[in-house]
Amino acid sequence: MNNSEPKIRLRGVHKAFGAKTVLDGVELDVNKGESVVIIGGSGSGKSVTLKCILGLLEADSGSIEVDGEDMARASDKDRERINTKIGMLFQSAALFDSLPVWENVAFGLLAQKKVSRKEARDIAVAKLAQVGLSSGVAGLSPAELSGGMQKRVGLARAIAINPEIIFFDEPTTGLDPIMADVINNLIVKTTQDVGATALTITHDMVSARKIANRIAMLYKGKIIWFGPTDEIEQSNNPYVDQFIHGRAEGPIKMGLRA
Amino acid sequence: MNFLQPIGRVFLNFLASTGRLGLFTGSAISHCFRPPFYFRIIVNQMIEIGYYSLPVVGLTAIFTGMILALQSYTGFARFSAEGAIANVVVLSITRELGPVLAGLMIAGRIGAAMSAEIGTMRVTEQIDALTTLSTHPMKYLVAPRILAGILMLPLVVLIADIIGVFGGYLIAVYKLGFNPANYLKNTWDFLQPIDVISGLVKASFFGFIVTLMGCYHGYNSKGGAQGVGTATTNAVVSASILILSMDYVLTELFFAGK
Repeated sequence: MNNSEPKIRLRGVHKAFGAKTVLDGVELDVNKGESVVIIGGSGSGKSVTLKCILGLLEADSGSIEVDGEDMARASDKDRERINTKIGMLFQSAALFDSLPVWENVAFGLLAQKKVSRKEARDIAVAKLAQVGLSSGVAGLSPAELSGGMQKRVGLARAIAINPEIIFFDEPTTGLDPIMADVINNLIVKTTQDVGATALTITHDMVSARKIANRIAMLYKGKIIWFGPTDEIEQSNNPYVDQFIHGRAEGPIKMGLRA
Repeated sequence: MNFLQPIGRVFLNFLASTGRLGLFTGSAISHCFRPPFYFRIIVNQMIEIGYYSLPVVGLTAIFTGMILALQSYTGFARFSAEGAIANVVVLSITRELGPVLAGLMIAGRIGAAMSAEIGTMRVTEQIDALTTLSTHPMKYLVAPRILAGILMLPLVVLIADIIGVFGGYLIAVYKLGFNPANYLKNTWDFLQPIDVISGLVKASFFGFIVTLMGCYHGYNSKGGAQGVGTATTNAVVSASILILSMDYVLTELFFAGK
């Protein structure tokens, strides 16, 4: 596997629910070690794209390669192995509320059976420290934490297995602006610490500018613009301009979908 | 011809959901036999299904035994056949009422709790999170619950049998004035191993039905709080109906032609 090969490669990915086409030929390359953010309005297919890459949804056609392996054609076993290279931070953190915080963080490690429970707990405490949480949190149940703390625990869980790729699903949604900035900083810092490739979906432009090396804009199931973060202001694309400046008037019509 | 449309739609929906349930059942059973096994979860579920159900199942059993003795006394006195009470109580409890009533009570207690828990995990993306942490949700959530149900229900029913027969004994001896030794002798002499064994086999099937329905409806719930509520209702109702119809089939298999 050479280094020039993209870590994640999407080619002509289509996905429809019934008669409604959500993804209409998505093409995307994410290179090793870079951070790509996909922006787009609600219903533009961001979450579906992410779920297709993770194998939670099956694409109707097209290929999705992670490290050169086709996720669509992978068996359950292969997918489980590929997933050991992947960390994911869910929008609602999706912590297991039946388990204490440390077991949430160490879940991936325990599932791979490479460490004892004692070691797993030590690693979990170290990962919690990395996201700025004290060891006192480790024994609490997720329900006792605030939204921002839950996001941090989710982040600690995503980086616990030292993944090569981390996905972030709307990491700042539902947080106050200060906590959002804290989480953004943590995302930048932790992905650099573990040297991971990052793919984020968000509609928060502040967050996107902070996290991204490159930004892709998804509209009506297609990537309509893809370029470095500092060029997005000069995209000369009316759709991108409308989105990043948050204007109600423009070529994108909200709530007028047929 | 429009009136045929709804009939066709209902029929097709019925076939589709039967097929979905069939696939789910097959996958669940196959995951029960393939490693890794989550022994910690199996034991937790066994305690939840078995130990914590004892009070409610025990109360149901003792009152059922008492009512049986009282009812059959008032009925049998008309034929001067009071001597058959011990026989009637022990056969009714071990063959029918023990497994069926315990199954129904556990459907209400366990089936509802399971579908609510798994349904909430579905709508809060916790099941997706399991997949991204290289853990197969069918293996981690469904298989341990089904195994625990199959193993524990016979044990619970055996205890319910004993308590139920004891309830009948209490009424017969202390209220209806039977000789204790004679009553016990009548109970014991007429009881054959097949009476108890058939009840325990039924119990095992009911354990499978309750846990399968709880998991299936929870696993496929969608649409937030309301969806989870619907799933819970469906789990209990479908488990109850399946228990009663399965009871007929098993009784036919065990005792028809004897």
